[in-house]
Amino acid sequence: MSIWEFANPVRFMRLTGKVLPWITALAIGCLATGIIWGFFFTPEAENFGSTVKIIYIHVPAATLAINAWGVMFVASLIWLIRRHHVSALVARAAAPVGMTLTLIALITGAIWGQPMWGTYWEWDPRLTSFMILFVFYLGYMALWEAIDEPDKAADLTSVLAMVGTVFAVLSRYAVNFWNQGLHQGASLSLDKEEHVSDVFYQPLLLSMAGFFFLFLALVFLRTRTEIRARRVKALLLQEAN
Amino acid sequence: MNATLAVLMRELRLALRSGGGAGLGLAFFLIVVMLIPFGVGPVPHLLAQIAPGTLWIAALLACLLSLDRLFQADFEDGTLDILALSPMPLEGLVAIKAFAHWLTTGLPLVIAAPILGITLSLPDTAYWWLVISLAVGTPALSFLGAIGAALTVGIRRGGLLLSLLVLPLYIPTLIFGARCVAAASEGMDVVPAFQFLAGVTLFTLALTPIAAAAALRMHMR
Repeated sequence: MSIWEFANPVRFMRLTGKVLPWITALAIGCLATGIIWGFFFTPEAENFGSTVKIIYIHVPAATLAINAWGVMFVASLIWLIRRHHVSALVARAAAPVGMTLTLIALITGAIWGQPMWGTYWEWDPRLTSFMILFVFYLGYMALWEAIDEPDKAADLTSVLAMVGTVFAVLSRYAVNFWNQGLHQGASLSLDKEEHVSDVFYQPLLLSMAGFFFLFLALVFLRTRTEIRARRVKALLLQEAN
Repeated sequence: MNATLAVLMRELRLALRSGGGAGLGLAFFLIVVMLIPFGVGPVPHLLAQIAPGTLWIAALLACLLSLDRLFQADFEDGTLDILALSPMPLEGLVAIKAFAHWLTTGLPLVIAAPILGITLSLPDTAYWWLVISLAVGTPALSFLGAIGAALTVGIRRGGLLLSLLVLPLYIPTLIFGARCVAAASEGMDVVPAFQFLAGVTLFTLALTPIAAAAALRMHMR
């Protein structure tokens, strides 16, 4: 029993078909609890007032926006090395979800920035890097759309994902060189003491879990749709012959 | 070595003899820089302030302009297949083509940039660094462009897609290149930005031919 068995589309469909309802339920449960708890049952933060509550959407969306690219990178690498079709489809499925999360992070950040920084947009390194990440998502998705042959499209977008990863990271640090910025440091950290106080931390963790399961559910759903679409295409071709 | 030289000379001849490929990029550079004062107004101190960024962005766009032809013609008429079958590694071929692209597009820009700098009243201290930063930075633009050109080679109307793929890759080069010139014109220390710029260029020179050649192979499979 190895993880590669799920590279078989039939196995993948069987497994994800079973777990998808559970993951969806978990996503709804965690998101609803985390956000309602965070919005209505936490105190207002000193200096921030009620604007702090946007953290329950902004931070999970931003975290997953970056990690969605990570998923694409790993899935593309697996495609290039082992040529499992499911892997290429997962990379493709993760892109629109990641792009939307990037957009959510940018928009919630802008809404929060207006009362707190006095501006919707500032060319701050973190904000700028997110905009760059957004453009990378757009290019990646456009390349998928532009090529008709599925295998070639998977190949080329994988190369783009590799190059894009290197340059997204490079840009992140180049942007630091260019402007210092307003954005606060990381709110959460695994190894440092300094993070938000527990009152906000617990609902935030729940909301992050919710976003994570939502991401997983959406990626599975999109991958399953794509596998089915290909199957339909193959059947139609068979019929035509 | 002979093969390298032969391919390089072929690329240069093609670029120079087919409808003014080199001159076109230069003319585009001139026009973009000329448009800037129309957009922001003929205020010398304002122009001086934005001159480094303007010249760099114009150079970047001029480089982009001729990229879609980098592999397209050879791909369509089958020359690329023949070149790929030759003993020369495809990575080497990509590097030569990108270098030829730089010789015909980047190098003229490096030479023309100081003259256009005068029209934007760039401060005197910045001219050397403008030339040096462009000379060091523009090869990275051609080599990064080779990745985009290789990815979009078989695609009809790939020009717009090419810009969408390539321009984000130019961000580090643009930041460090423009920062070099800006630091020089403000009388600040240029060396840190320049070192980063050179680093990015060396990095791309070393690694982009591998990615571009991989993409070309996928197209020819």
